[in-house]
Amino acid sequence: MDGILFLIFAVVAVLCGINVVVQTHPISSAISLIGVMGSLAVLYLLLGAEFLAVAQVIVYAGAVMVLFVFVIMLLNAGAEARKGRSFMVQLLGVPLLVALLGLLAYFVQRLFPQTVLVQFGKFTGGGAREVGRALFTTYLLPFEVTSVLILIAILGAIVLARKELE
Amino acid sequence: MNAVPLSWYLTLSAVLFALGVAGFLFRRNIITVFMSIELMLNAVNLSFIAFSYQLKQVSGHILAFFVMVVAAAEAAVGLAIILTVFKNRATLNIDDINSMKN
Amino acid sequence: MEFIVISLIKAAVVLAVLLTTLAYLQWVERKVIAHIQVRPGPYRVGPHGLLQPLADVIKLITKEDLMPPHASKLLFVAAPFISVTTALISISVIPFGPAITVAGHRTWMQLTDLSMGVLFVLAVSSMGVYGIALAGWASNNKYALLGGLRSSAQMISYELPQSLAIASPLLLSNTLSLRELVESQSATGSVLSWNILHGPFPQIFSFVIFLISAFAETNRIPFDLPEAENELVAGFHTEYSSMKFASFFMAEYANMITVSAMAVLLFLGGWVAPWPAAYGSGLVPTLLFAAAGVIALSHGLRPARRRDRYSLPVFGIVFLAIAVLFLLPVVQGWLLPLFWFLAKTGALLFTFIWVRGTLPRFRYDQLMGFAWKFLFPIAVVNLLVTGLLVAWFS
Repeated sequence: MDGILFLIFAVVAVLCGINVVVQTHPISSAISLIGVMGSLAVLYLLLGAEFLAVAQVIVYAGAVMVLFVFVIMLLNAGAEARKGRSFMVQLLGVPLLVALLGLLAYFVQRLFPQTVLVQFGKFTGGGAREVGRALFTTYLLPFEVTSVLILIAILGAIVLARKELE
Repeated sequence: MNAVPLSWYLTLSAVLFALGVAGFLFRRNIITVFMSIELMLNAVNLSFIAFSYQLKQVSGHILAFFVMVVAAAEAAVGLAIILTVFKNRATLNIDDINSMKN
Repeated sequence: MEFIVISLIKAAVVLAVLLTTLAYLQWVERKVIAHIQVRPGPYRVGPHGLLQPLADVIKLITKEDLMPPHASKLLFVAAPFISVTTALISISVIPFGPAITVAGHRTWMQLTDLSMGVLFVLAVSSMGVYGIALAGWASNNKYALLGGLRSSAQMISYELPQSLAIASPLLLSNTLSLRELVESQSATGSVLSWNILHGPFPQIFSFVIFLISAFAETNRIPFDLPEAENELVAGFHTEYSSMKFASFFMAEYANMITVSAMAVLLFLGGWVAPWPAAYGSGLVPTLLFAAAGVIALSHGLRPARRRDRYSLPVFGIVFLAIAVLFLLPVVQGWLLPLFWFLAKTGALLFTFIWVRGTLPRFRYDQLMGFAWKFLFPIAVVNLLVTGLLVAWFS
């Protein structure tokens, strides 16, 4: 069951990832990126990271990507113009992409021959309780620093995006 | 098919990262370049969480959480910069925004 | 295997009850708003307009299904689909009552109990924003685009005070699972252990903030500027007709039910009765239904309108039968908690409808300023005070 779920959502993630890069209109790329983030959330669940999976959907797919979609809609970004491509490029594009990704996969497998098997439920340390405990004890300083970082980002975004008072 | 080796998750992470790099280098629309950066960050998150499973620790989750937070802050500021660039140059093609002088 | 069969049966029951409730919630809304405005409301289609939802469904199904020219077909069809799917998925983690035993199998009145139930509901409702944003974009219409952008900006702005208002009672209950939330509020079995009145800091402010954010999240009056008919030509659903339009409204009512159920679970004690059963709270549903039956029968004997001569006595007899049903000890174990949960959710839904009939709507800049400059600081201060007091007293 785990294997089937991994295969389905890994294939969905890779296809949506290819779609992000290949589509001409930014809104199709944005929706494919939401698909990637959703499939990655399921993969996080399989790896026992339940809090991260839900945080991925709430923060990344539900807030950051909404920001992207807003900006695309506000700027009314049209599709990119495709300049002329030679016939050789069109013929060799897809097979070369598949060959490159296959080569990459082969080299990564060579690098990590003996790794553990992933089974759903083996790792129970990813719940809110454990993540919260680690976040507020061992990693307290980075936590406070990131809150200052977010404050700076809010100030920067507001200053950049407001109308000039002339 | 019950259990999957962890190296498959790392392979998926490498493939998504490579796709993100390809989008970053080859696309001309500035928003698509930005989305490829987000794809790269997601791939790195997957690899953090995979190693956290192997070492049975929660530190990988915490690091992935911080990556998410920093990516959100970066997306906010980056999109505000894109809005300002669009207001000044009226184009989203990075080939046309290649000089400081108008 | 047994788990799969029981889950499928539960899913079918919840779906059937939910879809019927959605249709009849619209009937209740029209009747209540009508009575607020001193008129009878839907009255002629069936006794007291009870078949009006059926007539509306037939009308909506048989309407012409338009698609605007140059609209993105895939996104145009997908947007109401996303809205309805996310609205219905969030019902799947809501517990309606304690454990029941049916034909020897013991199961909870909940489709699934996730250890992160509260966060799951938050995640699914943040995905619901896409339905509205993409609907505005895909319609290829300036008014729809502006309405969709305004509506989604409103929804994500009010997600912040809502999440902070949810975090405060979680500090008191110390769990993210919805079933354990209710169990943590059943300590004394009375209203004094509900999160709204219990603990070092009673959660009255978070309850009010949550309700106000819930009004904004579900695009209800007084926050429905982006979709009102006389503003922006009906906003994001301008170009939608027939079943797609009906999908958006089903999604809105399903979202209303979800946020009311969440408010009941987080603040009002779920299925815990206001005072313990030992002091007679088990007789309340019987008395309520018996009173309703007696009133209906007495009005039926001297009807104000001729149509009521037959319908009101029938309703009276049905209510008296339900009152007798609550006295049977064999069903009291699960029927009483279910009654309390549904009564509290129903009271909150009535508040939604009551506010719709009473208040005017906010202007858009007032609406956004209210979220960012007023609700958000108050929610932060509330969370801070709750956290300090919980840490002090534990």
